[in-house]
Amino acid sequence: MAYKLTINGAAVSVDAPADMPILWALRDVLKLQGTKFGCGIGQCGACTVHLAGEPVRSCQLTVASAVGKKITTIEGLSADGSHPVQKAWEDIDVPQCGYCQAGQIMSAVALLAKTPKPTDRDIDNAMSGNLCRCGTYLRIRAAVHKAAEMGTVMPGSQPSAGAAANNNQQEDQ
Amino acid sequence: MNRRSFLKITTLAGGGIAFGLFEQEADAQGRAGMQAAPPDPHNYIEVAKDGTVTITAKNPEVGQGIKTMLPMLIAEELDVDWKNVKIAQADFNDKKFAGQIAGGSTGTPNNWTPMRQVGAAGRALFITAAAQTWNVPEAELTTASGRVIHASSNRSVGYGELTEKVASLPAPNLASLKLKDPANYKIVGKSVKGPDLHAIVSGTPIFNIDVQVPGMAIAVFEKCGVFGGKVVSSNIEAIRKMPGVKGAYVIERPDITDAVIPGDPGLENGIAIVAETFWHAQSARKALKIEWNEGPRAQYSSVAYSEQAAKLGKETPQRVIRKDGDAEGTIKGATKVVEANYSYPFIAHAPLEPQNCTASFKDGKCEIWSNSQTPGNGRRMSAQTLGIKEDDITLHMVRGGGGFGRRLYNDYMVEASYISKLAGMPVKLVWTREDDMRHDYYRPGGFQYLKGGLDASGKLVGWRNHFISYGDGERFVASGAMGPTEFPQRFIANYELHASVMPLGVRTGALRAPSSNAFAFVIQSFIDELAHAAGKDPVAFRMDILNNAAPAPAPVPAAEGARPAPPGMNPDRMKGVLQLVADKSGWGKTKLPKGTAMGVAFHFSHQGYFAEVAEVSVSAANKIKINKIWVAADVGSQIINPSAADNIVQGGIIDGLSEMMNQQITIEKGRVVQSNYHQHTMMRMSQAPPVIEVHYAKTTFSPSGLGEPALPPILPAVTNAIFSATGKRVRELPLSKSGFSWA
Repeated sequence: MAYKLTINGAAVSVDAPADMPILWALRDVLKLQGTKFGCGIGQCGACTVHLAGEPVRSCQLTVASAVGKKITTIEGLSADGSHPVQKAWEDIDVPQCGYCQAGQIMSAVALLAKTPKPTDRDIDNAMSGNLCRCGTYLRIRAAVHKAAEMGTVMPGSQPSAGAAANNNQQEDQ
Repeated sequence: MNRRSFLKITTLAGGGIAFGLFEQEADAQGRAGMQAAPPDPHNYIEVAKDGTVTITAKNPEVGQGIKTMLPMLIAEELDVDWKNVKIAQADFNDKKFAGQIAGGSTGTPNNWTPMRQVGAAGRALFITAAAQTWNVPEAELTTASGRVIHASSNRSVGYGELTEKVASLPAPNLASLKLKDPANYKIVGKSVKGPDLHAIVSGTPIFNIDVQVPGMAIAVFEKCGVFGGKVVSSNIEAIRKMPGVKGAYVIERPDITDAVIPGDPGLENGIAIVAETFWHAQSARKALKIEWNEGPRAQYSSVAYSEQAAKLGKETPQRVIRKDGDAEGTIKGATKVVEANYSYPFIAHAPLEPQNCTASFKDGKCEIWSNSQTPGNGRRMSAQTLGIKEDDITLHMVRGGGGFGRRLYNDYMVEASYISKLAGMPVKLVWTREDDMRHDYYRPGGFQYLKGGLDASGKLVGWRNHFISYGDGERFVASGAMGPTEFPQRFIANYELHASVMPLGVRTGALRAPSSNAFAFVIQSFIDELAHAAGKDPVAFRMDILNNAAPAPAPVPAAEGARPAPPGMNPDRMKGVLQLVADKSGWGKTKLPKGTAMGVAFHFSHQGYFAEVAEVSVSAANKIKINKIWVAADVGSQIINPSAADNIVQGGIIDGLSEMMNQQITIEKGRVVQSNYHQHTMMRMSQAPPVIEVHYAKTTFSPSGLGEPALPPILPAVTNAIFSATGKRVRELPLSKSGFSWA
């Protein structure tokens, strides 16, 4: 059945089983693959997206339950990777393999939207649901502080409408 | 459609490289690579008319930074500006490139000279082309920032304008090239950001799991929890009718009857399902009802292994690995004897990107997209399984979300290519995390029963280890061997190493710093026990041992044309890092509150010298907080990319702490119990040490790698600190088994 979803500010229709997690709707149906599969049980945070501004594990969120709610993915943060958190990640040279970092960035954006000047403890609390197998935690912590310094404007859940790029094609599927 | 398929080939069992001692294996591959034709700069360097330089990175990138580092070496000697460099990832191509492997921390030592030579050869070609163009002697020409300069005539020309001429010139003899004085480096030694950094933070689909091929379906593969278990019957007909399912196939391979499972046995038995999306495939998989014949390996369990090891530990060891002097006798006559039994569990690699591979088999040829750390092995195994020639496989090397040794093994590449052939369409095989955790090549667990003797002055005079591992007769399982030169051999006159083995039913393999990741914990903890028994400072006691080195054995001559085997541990280099870490941490000079203490350890592996100190606080409830870690490293004369180097060292420390506290794989009825990250946990941000200081002792030795050798010492550094803080000696990993947890 087709579910009408709002992803990165654009209305899309996803023809999928009701229990398909948003993670797989993004990756396999909409071909928005910035959101990553890591564990499938909400343990690693690689699949973190925003649901109405809150960080959630998209492997645990079904398409049926997401209807009518705004979903933001890593692709929706900025058109060109220029969101302050993304820039801070580049400045600090955070990643090793990079696989977890989209999820890390989504959790950091959600944190900073509520807590613009987080303490280390705030960061630990907000980011401890995101595993980094390479162990880049010290740089993630530094990058969140850096983003806090950089960003007076923190666009988080209100991205430009162009982010779900091949949106029309998806409507046809 | 071929609905049920049997593999007829038997070469598979022996087809994979046995990574018994991965360190040597990777290095041997690297050395074999060195024997191949010298690298040709034309295969690595392309300069466009506008001066943009495209440099090809030949090795698999799994987060270790090789895709940045190899081009840095080339660009440095090519004498171009880094801002004008673009990096291209090579496909697998053993005709153009040598040593396309990610493993054993070999990327730096094996490529340090050849890649600089490639750059220098490129520069020489541009000089030759300019000399011919201007009709002047080459000796009068210099280069800077991608231009050839003739100072006396005040002329210069960009490399881009010489490209056509250079394309027709033969590569110069690499050995004849003069390489730069490191004092003049402009790129090497500077922190350089990776070519994929922007794509990573932008969510651009650059990982292997993101590969899209027209007409592609998604495959999942249900295998028996017991290795080698076979499908007896199933409801596969019903599965084929489920929504979105395009095909379902029973796969069966020849039995492996060896008591030791070979290094990379290839395809497993099971049922593959191909469907529109992962969710369709996985939903169908959940509806599978399979009756398995689990086979003989269902008899094994971790509990029984522990009992058997305890029994073996009391018996005469099955064999002697090494006997120097008379350890038994010396220990009997020693003033003090310390005896301790250590153990460590099986653990999984669990890189965050689950195993996946995309393959498109058509008309007897196959195109594969893989994040393999050993693409050459994968191609060979896939060709054998498909029954085609290796040259009929095109293999793309795509960024991997972590490796840690798991992707040295190519089971999932073989599966993807074989399922594509069965399904008659391109497929992306995606493993679940549960598949990954239950079908890994585990770091083998083990047991070490140690005795040490001290003389009246507190000097270590005898060392005996009964190493209990897994294997069959004289054959150890992959990564389950201890060699005859394991430390402190050569540093003590009376040294005995004995071994006993037990049969094993699961696959094992190389996990980041293979064997060292377990052995350093045992050896550096036991040395700590001896230091305390001797009433000596743990740093001073270690220095005494290192001062006691017998001369290094003469190097084994290398075969003609081969790179010589890497040297063993140089005690002076280890003393250097031990002193450095003591100085930086304020060892013995810092007054710490009750319940807080420092611990120290060192370990030599993969040509890297690491000494580490951890300052640790332990609460009454055994809650552990790591306040600070100091790392001293000697990996030679040059840190090529400092930002990446620090990152990988800090990551190695955090990886080691994860292994130390919680990680273990246990076996019941031949099956792995743990299924996902909730049961095989890794450190989270709130648990991570706030500071990991990294110091490099720069020496005159040729640069070596960092990915692995940073890890092993951190486990004993922390457990030795726990002892100093509390008097509790941890002899079993993970620490959670002894009631410890993160604060």
